[in-house]
Amino acid sequence: MPFNLLVASCLLYVIFLFAVAFLVERRAHLGRLGWLRSPLVYTLSLSIYCTAWTFYGAVGYAARSGLEFLTIYFGPTLVFIGWWWLLRKLVRIGREYRVTSIADLISSRFGKSNTLGVIVTLICVVAATPYIALQLQSVVLSFGVFASATPDGQAPPDPEQTAIWVAVGLALFTILFGTRNLDAKEQHHGIVTAIAVEAVVKLVALLAVGAFVVWGLAGGVSEIIAKIDAADLAAWQVQPGRWTGLIFLSAVAVITLPRMFQVLVVENADEGHLARASWAFPLYLLAMSLFIVPIAVIGLERMPAGANPDMFVLTLPLSEGQGGLAMLAFLGGFSSATSMVIVESIALATMISNHIVIPLWLHLRPSAARGDDLRSVVLTARRLAIAGVLALGYGYYHVSGGSAALAAIGLIAFLGVAQILPALIGGLFWRGATRIGAMAGLLVGFAVWAYTSFLPSFGPGAVLSESVFTQGLFGLSWLRPQALFGTEAMDPLTHALFWSLVLNATAFCLGSLLTFPGPVERLQGAAFVNVFDGGAGPQRWARGQAEPEALLTMAQRILGEDAALTLFQSAARDQGKEGFLPDPTPAFLDSLEGRLSGSVGAATAHAMISQLVGRATVSVEDLMAVASESAQILEYSAQLEAREAELTRTAGALREANEKLTQLSIQKDAFLSQISHELRTPMTSIRAFSEILTEGDLPPDMVVKYGKIIHDEAKRLTRLLDDLLDLSVLENGTVQLNLTLASLQQMLDHALTAARQTRPERSFTIQRDLPSEAIYLKTDSDRLVQVFINLISNARKYCDAADPVLRIAVRQRAGRVTIDIIDNGSGIPKDSQSLIFEKFARLTDANRAGGAGLGLAICREIMTNLGGSVAYLPGQGGAAFRVTVPLRLEKAAA
Amino acid sequence: MARPKSPPVFLGRTLYRRRRLRDAARLLPVVGVLLLLLPLLWVSDVEVRLGSGEVVYFFVVWLALIGLAAAFAPGLTRGDKADDQEED
Repeated sequence: MPFNLLVASCLLYVIFLFAVAFLVERRAHLGRLGWLRSPLVYTLSLSIYCTAWTFYGAVGYAARSGLEFLTIYFGPTLVFIGWWWLLRKLVRIGREYRVTSIADLISSRFGKSNTLGVIVTLICVVAATPYIALQLQSVVLSFGVFASATPDGQAPPDPEQTAIWVAVGLALFTILFGTRNLDAKEQHHGIVTAIAVEAVVKLVALLAVGAFVVWGLAGGVSEIIAKIDAADLAAWQVQPGRWTGLIFLSAVAVITLPRMFQVLVVENADEGHLARASWAFPLYLLAMSLFIVPIAVIGLERMPAGANPDMFVLTLPLSEGQGGLAMLAFLGGFSSATSMVIVESIALATMISNHIVIPLWLHLRPSAARGDDLRSVVLTARRLAIAGVLALGYGYYHVSGGSAALAAIGLIAFLGVAQILPALIGGLFWRGATRIGAMAGLLVGFAVWAYTSFLPSFGPGAVLSESVFTQGLFGLSWLRPQALFGTEAMDPLTHALFWSLVLNATAFCLGSLLTFPGPVERLQGAAFVNVFDGGAGPQRWARGQAEPEALLTMAQRILGEDAALTLFQSAARDQGKEGFLPDPTPAFLDSLEGRLSGSVGAATAHAMISQLVGRATVSVEDLMAVASESAQILEYSAQLEAREAELTRTAGALREANEKLTQLSIQKDAFLSQISHELRTPMTSIRAFSEILTEGDLPPDMVVKYGKIIHDEAKRLTRLLDDLLDLSVLENGTVQLNLTLASLQQMLDHALTAARQTRPERSFTIQRDLPSEAIYLKTDSDRLVQVFINLISNARKYCDAADPVLRIAVRQRAGRVTIDIIDNGSGIPKDSQSLIFEKFARLTDANRAGGAGLGLAICREIMTNLGGSVAYLPGQGGAAFRVTVPLRLEKAAA
Repeated sequence: MARPKSPPVFLGRTLYRRRRLRDAARLLPVVGVLLLLLPLLWVSDVEVRLGSGEVVYFFVVWLALIGLAAAFAPGLTRGDKADDQEED
């Protein structure tokens, strides 16, 4: 294929990407993003994890080290399918606090410390530089492959020049779309979409080459498996320690790589997208690595011995005469490299401008805080930073000469950014993590990484002298860069991974344990760790003396005039004010700081506002006051709750009392009408018969008969009045009790005899257990006998059995005696059982046996007065009553 | 300031299932680590040879993990807003 055609298609492809990014930016500007903010685009944009290192390097890696390349994908897979642990929290925090980069996250978590931001930024830049160089190298290499394959004798391009052109082109593209505007939410829809497109291109390209290799060259799946087995290489062996370490390392890197953080957290449009990406992104990785092994195996088999395995993806189709496929593969590799470089340089530029350039600018020109438009400064800083990052990458490429194997550089970069992990995890899950601890951990980790991994990667004699490698730093053998503390057995990467992270985490923990965090740190720590508990926590600002006008001026310089005015106006409206100048309440300062930190990072935003507010936000005392205030509120509401419960109880009691009173009133009315009725019936007959008698001339036998009726009725009337008097005395509790010692047996004998007058025609079988009745009670025996008589007469009256049996059972238990009087009749229906002790309650008129229905009511009152009770006893095969009396009734109870 | 409610000790059936789904989602990467390290224990050498059998094994495990994650994901997002205050 002519080389010019290659360059032309490259340019066409870039123009196509420009068009995509441009159109999306315009749609975003119009607010019509639609499906462009879908989980699909989000997942595809995550694919910048797969750089040229994956696209070309994985095959080389597989050719050199067998299956080990898989570990680079296993780590991210595990992190993503376990998104509920960490990624969810990370994304939530990123959205809640408008985090602009991983440096911003760390600095914001640890009290908005800009020093931390600077440290993280430097680590990221140092780690990313070789990585960017790697991308340039891969593009240059792939150009070289095509150039050497050109038959038309055109001079192969100078690699240096290609690298420069690629770097400049990428810088232009990134600057054009990455720094078009200073958004309040640091999001770049155009670039994200372009990257999603590139993700599709590289996946399709790799799958196409893979399919061609498997079905075109090898001849099917089973053949390729046979070839894999036949490829008997020493490289197929893995060290378990290195295997595990690499899985861990790649899992860490996918979280801490600046470009991954950028697409994963900063560009996240919706938390729900993460759920989809949790499985879709691993699926993408799987698809990307599906054909790596076959390509490597076939490449080793078919290509000449000295061929660079990193380029098999290109050289295999080329050597088989598949120019179109090679072109596609080239574009795939080009996509991988460009997308990585674009996002990485945007992420790094954001960090550099927010944490290094702007603070420096504000420091050098304090007057600038009130002067010119900061936005242009920020944007210029970012553009320069992008150019600078790419220049660094190019410089590294130029110096290193692009010789090292791709994978080695990639892993060193991974390990560099992995040093952020302890501070990140600690910051998200441990409130006790402090700024000093984070700083110590990062610096120690960075130093150990540089000494054990980064500097040795240049080779002996380049940065570290030969003697340092063999004899250790300062001649101390336990400080050899690849055998710290004598650990020679580990392979260099595992060694560096182990020591850098162990020492890093140790310094982090020790620093955190030994230092005391400042108030802002503690606030931020609580807010980050408890981000799912809702509520932003206590205010970050005490009410300051900031001039709203000065705040507005500052906001305008960062957010732009329109956005700032809108923000201030809506805040003023929320406060119920007209115009554009809200009161500088703590809440307003908080929200303003949040908005600003979306543009310039938390640390800078915080510093700028505190400059205007005039005091360094909250103090420890403020925090304590807030805490005790909320504790007071809690206590108060607990008191309120207790009082409410008490009120509810009282209301319930009142309601019950009211119901009882109403019932009593009804009972009283019923009682009065009953009693009038009961008194009236005998009165009527007495009046009628006495009238007859006064008329005279009646036969004497009639006189006798009528006289007897009158007498009987009068007796009944008297009995009724007696009962009523008795009842009222008993109810008032004014009854005089005559306490004596009396034998229960004698009382029952007495009662049985007396009750025999009731329906004397019926003969009852009486069942008694005399020994059990040998009890002496201290009670009012007359009253108790009255109760017994009443119960036994009732049984005689109402028992409907043919052979009536009356059983009396006595039991003594715990100072109380129970006497059960049980007959074998049909008993009392369940729904009437509660009524029988009421006054004038009679079950059926048929059984009306001359009583007024007061008997049981009197019994109950007597038993109450005697300190006992009488109750209906269900389930005894007939009517049964249980009388309970205390063995010894004391005077006080009477 | 709202009085922090103590979370309920027992949950309804749907909520209970959702919680257990979260547990499953948390366990998934642990299971994944075990499965992905397992082949290293198949041979007792210091260096382990991995061949085509392992290639197939890894891809099958990988796919299974992705499948499980895909099965969990919709249930995890549902009702997330409503009760993510109650972290258990």
